[in-house]
Amino acid sequence: MTGMTGMTGMTGMTGTTGMTGTTGATAMTKTARRRPVRTSAARPAPAPPPPRGRGRRRLADQARAYAFLLGGLLCFALFSWYPAIRAVVIAFQRYTPGSAPEWVGTANFGRVLHDPEFAAAWRNTLTFTLLALLIGFAIPFLLALVLNELRHAKAFFRVVVYLPVMIPPVVSALLWKWFYDPGTGLANEALRFAHLPTSNWSNGADTALVSLVIVATWANLGGTVLIYLAALQQIPGELYEAAELDGAGLLQRVRHVTIPQTRFVILMLMLLQIIATMQVFTEPFVITGGGPENATVTVLYLIYKYAFLYNDFGGACALSVMLLALLAVFSAAYLRLTRSAEDA
Amino acid sequence: MSSSPRTLVSPAALARPRGRALYWAVFTAVVVLFALAFLFPVYWMVTGAMKSPDEVARTPPTLVPEHWHLSAYADAWDLMQLPRHLWNTVVQAAGAWLLQLVFCTAAAYALSKLSPAFGKVVLGGILATLMVPAQALVVPKYLTVADLPLIHTSLLNDPLAVWLPAVANAFNLYLLKRFFDRIPREVLEAAEIDGAGRLRTLWSVVLPLSRPVLGVVSIFALVAVWQDFLWPLMVFSDTDKQPIGVALVQLSQNIPLTVLIAAMVIASIPMVALFLVFQRHIVAGIGAGGTKG
Repeated sequence: MTGMTGMTGMTGMTGTTGMTGTTGATAMTKTARRRPVRTSAARPAPAPPPPRGRGRRRLADQARAYAFLLGGLLCFALFSWYPAIRAVVIAFQRYTPGSAPEWVGTANFGRVLHDPEFAAAWRNTLTFTLLALLIGFAIPFLLALVLNELRHAKAFFRVVVYLPVMIPPVVSALLWKWFYDPGTGLANEALRFAHLPTSNWSNGADTALVSLVIVATWANLGGTVLIYLAALQQIPGELYEAAELDGAGLLQRVRHVTIPQTRFVILMLMLLQIIATMQVFTEPFVITGGGPENATVTVLYLIYKYAFLYNDFGGACALSVMLLALLAVFSAAYLRLTRSAEDA
Repeated sequence: MSSSPRTLVSPAALARPRGRALYWAVFTAVVVLFALAFLFPVYWMVTGAMKSPDEVARTPPTLVPEHWHLSAYADAWDLMQLPRHLWNTVVQAAGAWLLQLVFCTAAAYALSKLSPAFGKVVLGGILATLMVPAQALVVPKYLTVADLPLIHTSLLNDPLAVWLPAVANAFNLYLLKRFFDRIPREVLEAAEIDGAGRLRTLWSVVLPLSRPVLGVVSIFALVAVWQDFLWPLMVFSDTDKQPIGVALVQLSQNIPLTVLIAAMVIASIPMVALFLVFQRHIVAGIGAGGTKG
């Protein structure tokens, strides 16, 4: 994080140039003088200050604390907590905007479960997640492993690999839709150039899902590579030296030093990737529209269809609750993992 | 960094002639691979928009445009009303960034330093939202925005529909709180003794110390809004209010291919430019954020 100190240009808010009050100015100079000594210790601050008088003083302190909290709390209440509760409530209602909701028990779940698209959506989402793990998981690790050995053009590689991440996902999707064009698309031109049989890519029922996984991997792998690289740089060099003295070859060093040393990051990124890919929407929506023959309808896409095409918000919420329940398992695992790492 | 630290391959192995040859072979292979995989698609997009409509549909394709046309870029700018959609995106991203900085910073400061009653409960409630992936809640969130409780106002087609939900970002709030936790209490007390109020302490002591984390949060906030698709697709049904990503998809059906590609290039420029300017900080920030969890 220390590398971010140069970022002040973007955070105009944080500058102290607007400070004109005299008390503030004295406070500034005093703290500025103290700062280098105190903050370099940078340890967690001890528990709350001693209570300065009870009663009204404390109440005023509390009021002030909640004044600071208010804006954030309101937004969390309105746009996180309330919708989470509402998803569960509406899942058991017939809900059309504008008219009074009506309790229908588990009818929404029944209707959704009997939708032939339901099975397709879950199958596609799980296949997508699995393929994304197979393709999108090993490749970034291998790339990071190789990049970490290269001693030249380091900055160039990092910028280039992250470039697709900064391209808006919609643009990546439209770009690959054009590449996948069976007639004049770049993908088939490349195959023809190599004298290989051409493919239908995103237009073929068998190849559509894999085609979308390729797009998602291309667009997202940069972030993963950079995180792996940072993790690889923290492996102490002595471990490799010791392993080499013990006669470990290259692959053995990867297996017995690199992988155990980065185990935590690997697991963390795997969970994050599962959570992200199970919510895939942009690629199928933009590239295939869920087709051909429902081959790329995902759960989130189906939620969108229920809400905005069928105007069936009850069904959409029933689906959301199911997706939430599954994702919560992975999220909980991820949180436990990161919290335990913090405590360590 | 003075000398490169020891990695998987030992420096001794690299110093040998065979090792050196192998190193340069791998190096060249990686350069070619990266150029083909990551730069060539971008090159294809930028030059594709400069080809004539005939040339872009030709097979086999031309590697370099025969004639460099800029008309597709001009057409995209005018026909697709890109200035309006870019402006919409800027307004949405800037507002979300500003509100997030103000409200998340204030809330994180309160939770970290003002010890509010039930602070633990509030923090727990905020962290619990990390468990609930945002996309899975878009439908009830949409219904809330379409008809706000109590005041019964609709925020649809209003930038507020992006700004306010952006504040409910548990990840950024937690990043800020953790950073504030590490500012020693004595520093704040010194300011208080000098007569500074809570707000002044936050503004002139805490925030100047927090520049690094504010930079990270700013980038996360801007990129998140700029790259989001599903939420603005739901919230902005009015074409005139749509950000550039949504507008691109909506208009992509009935627009000539070269014009669409030109619009895609233009839509990519702001974030790519931001990245190229701040690439050192972004690359370092991602690495640090990722490994620290």
